[in-house]
Amino acid sequence: MTFTIPIDNGDALKNSQRTLYPYVTGTSIVAIKYKDGVLMASDMGGSYGSTLRYKNIERVKAIGKHSLLGASGEISDFQEILRYLDELILNDNMWDDGNSLGPKEVHNYLTRVMYNRRNKFNPLWNTLVLGGVKNGESYLGMVSMIGVSFEDNHVATGFGNHLARPILRDEWHADLSFEDGVKLLEKCMRVLLYRDRSAINKLQIAKITEEGVTVSQPYSLKTFWEFQAFHNPTAGAQGSW
Amino acid sequence: MFRNQYDTDVTTWSPTGRLFQVEYAMEAVKQGSAAIGLRSRSHVVLASVNKAQSELSSHQRKIFKVDDHIGVAIAGLTADGRVLSRYMRSESINHSFTYESPLPVGRLVVRLADKAQVCTQRSWKRPYGVGLLVGGLDESGAHLYYNCPSGNYFEYQAFAIGSRSQAAKTYLERRFESFNESSREDLIKDAILAIRETLQGETLKSSLCTVSVLGVDEPFHFLDQESIQKVIDTFEKVPEEEGDGGEGEAEDEAAPAEQGGAGDQDVAPMEI
Repeated sequence: MTFTIPIDNGDALKNSQRTLYPYVTGTSIVAIKYKDGVLMASDMGGSYGSTLRYKNIERVKAIGKHSLLGASGEISDFQEILRYLDELILNDNMWDDGNSLGPKEVHNYLTRVMYNRRNKFNPLWNTLVLGGVKNGESYLGMVSMIGVSFEDNHVATGFGNHLARPILRDEWHADLSFEDGVKLLEKCMRVLLYRDRSAINKLQIAKITEEGVTVSQPYSLKTFWEFQAFHNPTAGAQGSW
Repeated sequence: MFRNQYDTDVTTWSPTGRLFQVEYAMEAVKQGSAAIGLRSRSHVVLASVNKAQSELSSHQRKIFKVDDHIGVAIAGLTADGRVLSRYMRSESINHSFTYESPLPVGRLVVRLADKAQVCTQRSWKRPYGVGLLVGGLDESGAHLYYNCPSGNYFEYQAFAIGSRSQAAKTYLERRFESFNESSREDLIKDAILAIRETLQGETLKSSLCTVSVLGVDEPFHFLDQESIQKVIDTFEKVPEEEGDGGEGEAEDEAAPAEQGGAGDQDVAPMEI
């Protein structure tokens, strides 16, 4: 991918290009609806290619009073999105008229932004998870970098789609308690930790309910490496080297 | 109001701090045929008098749907009203498209008012010559606003604009305290009765008025002639008191008020 598309986007003078590939990336986000709202888990890693370069990146942020945004993919694009949303929420608050943007509205706004960027061949290289509660109703949705958008009871990005969602499909049910929800998310995050090379063992779980947003302090999961298969890993596949 | 040397330009102040062009624009609103709005906690009713240029022509449309949850009734220069309705529809649909959620009425009204204000501060423009009664429903409940050519807007429980609107306002002033708790049917009846006040003697027929309703679980729509006529029939046929299915209170008010046209039901309503 080293060609530049010769469509004039007004940047010819500035000699800039469109996004071709991401640089500093975050890995999976896993989120579920539970009894009182939405729970969202992510680790705090920022990879630079195959290097686990940054280990204190918060990839889940509160948006206004009613929403939570988690992102995987390019961290700088996530920060840009946070700036857009900041302005959006600010303008919404300035009306000061008893109306406020709920998670549904924020999700749709983000869908429009992502899709429009994709149409200009200059995507924001993220997969976003938007969760929230407004007037007692929980909302959980996702938007990809090409503008694909949908809602569901449980969502995951990146590797989470392959490793976490099967677990959620089997074990998620409506009206999970907070403790059960956290246990379920931790189960998913543990699998991701074992199997996703860009995951680190430092995660945060964020909760959003009618009352507001709480983001947990970073913590680690207990892991177990004494499985029999790890003791003599090549036992079943002796090679000539 | 008489002509004076400060009224040529909208950007010229008078020594007493008035902008005459803006006030003249408000006069234009008073010349249009009547439009009325009322609201309860859950519904908004907009009604207007159908005025036709001549017997040969159709009547002017004065009530427009802006969105499922917003409607507007206008009085004054209908061309200005049509253009502003188009603006409102555009704002509403753009918001819906971006946020997949209905535009809060209060925000639409402020944008309208800001648009009107611009015309009061540019020497190459003139104020819009139309008053708008914007009725709508959002998260915070049912609302009725009046947008003035001056760029001001006010929220109302009930209001009337246009010619002979003072008669309707008087009627509404007597009854507005009960509107918040009114049922949808009572609200519609009050709207039609208020329209009757503006007719000052003319027989009230369903062909003479347009009525629209919107509410919780009820997108904006017009009432058909039959439904309007049915409501009219409950109070027009019998001028004195009757216990017509528990709607005594409306009759109490109607009886001492306009009685000029009551009982004149020989003319079949025209279908326009």
